[in-house]
Amino acid sequence: MIISVASGKGGTGKTTVAVNLALSLEETYSIQFLDCDVEEPNAHFFLKPQIEESQDVFMLIPEIDETHCNYCGKCAQVCAYHALAVVKGAVLVFSELCHGCGACSLLCPEKAIKEVGQRIGVIESGHAGKVAFLQGRLDIGQAMSPPLIRALKKRMDPGRTVIIDAPPGTSCPVVESLRGSNFSLLVTEPTPFGLHDLELAAATAKKMGIPSGVVINRSSPGNGDGNIRDFCAQEEIPVMMTIPFDRKIAEAYSRGQTILEAFPAYHGKFLELFERIGKIGS
Amino acid sequence: MKQIVVISGKGGTGKTVISACFASLSRNAVLADVDVDAANLHLLLHPEIQERHIFKSGQKARIDAEKCTGCGLCLPACRFDALFENSNRKVGVNLLSCEGCAVCFHVCPVQAVTMEIPISGEWYVSKTKYGPFVHARLGIAEENSGKLVTEVRKKAREIAEKEGRDLLIMDGSPGIGCPVIASLAGTDLALVVTEPTPSGSHDMERIVELARHFKIAAACCINKYDLNHDNSDGIERWCNAQSIPLVGKIAFDPAVTESVVRSVPYVEYASNSSADEIRRMWLSLLRLIT
Repeated sequence: MIISVASGKGGTGKTTVAVNLALSLEETYSIQFLDCDVEEPNAHFFLKPQIEESQDVFMLIPEIDETHCNYCGKCAQVCAYHALAVVKGAVLVFSELCHGCGACSLLCPEKAIKEVGQRIGVIESGHAGKVAFLQGRLDIGQAMSPPLIRALKKRMDPGRTVIIDAPPGTSCPVVESLRGSNFSLLVTEPTPFGLHDLELAAATAKKMGIPSGVVINRSSPGNGDGNIRDFCAQEEIPVMMTIPFDRKIAEAYSRGQTILEAFPAYHGKFLELFERIGKIGS
Repeated sequence: MKQIVVISGKGGTGKTVISACFASLSRNAVLADVDVDAANLHLLLHPEIQERHIFKSGQKARIDAEKCTGCGLCLPACRFDALFENSNRKVGVNLLSCEGCAVCFHVCPVQAVTMEIPISGEWYVSKTKYGPFVHARLGIAEENSGKLVTEVRKKAREIAEKEGRDLLIMDGSPGIGCPVIASLAGTDLALVVTEPTPSGSHDMERIVELARHFKIAAACCINKYDLNHDNSDGIERWCNAQSIPLVGKIAFDPAVTESVVRSVPYVEYASNSSADEIRRMWLSLLRLIT
């Protein structure tokens, strides 16, 4: 089973929920953890994995063979991303715009374009206790994370329970991270921001046909929980767990501690959460 | 006209709360929400929408089932796994995977593929009591957030020039990828909002490096600095070593959440040391850009 942890809004506690879920399950299940927030991977601060292997990830970008190119302009014409321009006697490649689709090299009438790898980031893998750990790390200055997320997800082990820590937002990196999940756990907080972005995250999961459930973090029943619960009831999305607003949890987080380390009683709650996910997601 | 963007790397450090405070403290600014993925600033500024614009961008393949012969030539050409053979032995398109490269359009021998430009979002020009506000809403699971950011910024600059406003304040998005790069380009100052946690400082270092990569001046502030004094000291030392001005240290205050719940910029809601610190920080930023 593949469970992705997403949120829309950043900083609601995706990594906290994903990490504590993984650690609660590691004794009973075979767990693989994927940190797909490749722009800002943070789960390693809490899982503290031993990194055993590191693999560069490349994206294919065009390289022009000037000896065969006759500057016909076909490549610039077919490139949907304006990553190529042909000016008098030269072909310019704007690699930051390239999506690596291969159209230019496939369609060049002179076969004058080959594709070469450009590093966009790295995949690091290892173990945190019994949890198999993998994370992507996008190189600074690279605009496009989806190819790195795709490469990371190719390493998913279908024999294990996979927990994916997704990036914030609702656009391409999130879609790439959630794709293929059996269940999407949406972490929110009871503020107007949390609710607004939960609506977006829930719509994303729905559009992708992935069943979802909600975790209310920093819950304060007197405050905005009611609005979140009303929304969930209306959309028929179950509220699976609440984590109370507690400065001590925030302080534990600031020391790189998990909830389980600071409050061992949560172990049972996360196990329960997983059982409920299993009933819906499988 | 000067431009300030508020960013953080890590999400949830307080960008929007601080941006709304700046909107409230500014006198002659244009405001923009460049977190088009999960925009929130409108929840604090109560905009009155005056113009709505459709954002069309990118393209998606559509395959005409009448014309498709099911030859399958397009299948291996697609690098995004967006094409599949459906139950009628024709090719279907998974629109969520399609990146609009049009390889299928070019290789199809029977012209069964057309490329269509979908509506992928909306953007708005609004009036607020703090000044004009440009914001947007990217469609669910859509692409090209960077282009929408560029669109929003372009309009905000136009308004500033037309109305003689001297400052553009932008609420940015988390991460270091395409929308963040689009919001950084050409700004005069990036304010990085961090928090004294391992992820907060790690993500701050990456975003500062990104700003440097694009030669954009950066300043930092630590939100909830008293949650962990050791980490805050570490961030302060790092900023000093990197010659990044540390313009604010804001104490944890539960009233921040209350102000958000009541949809009011925090400096208008609370009068205490944290609110004063944000006021001081605002003045420091103005000194940095003039």
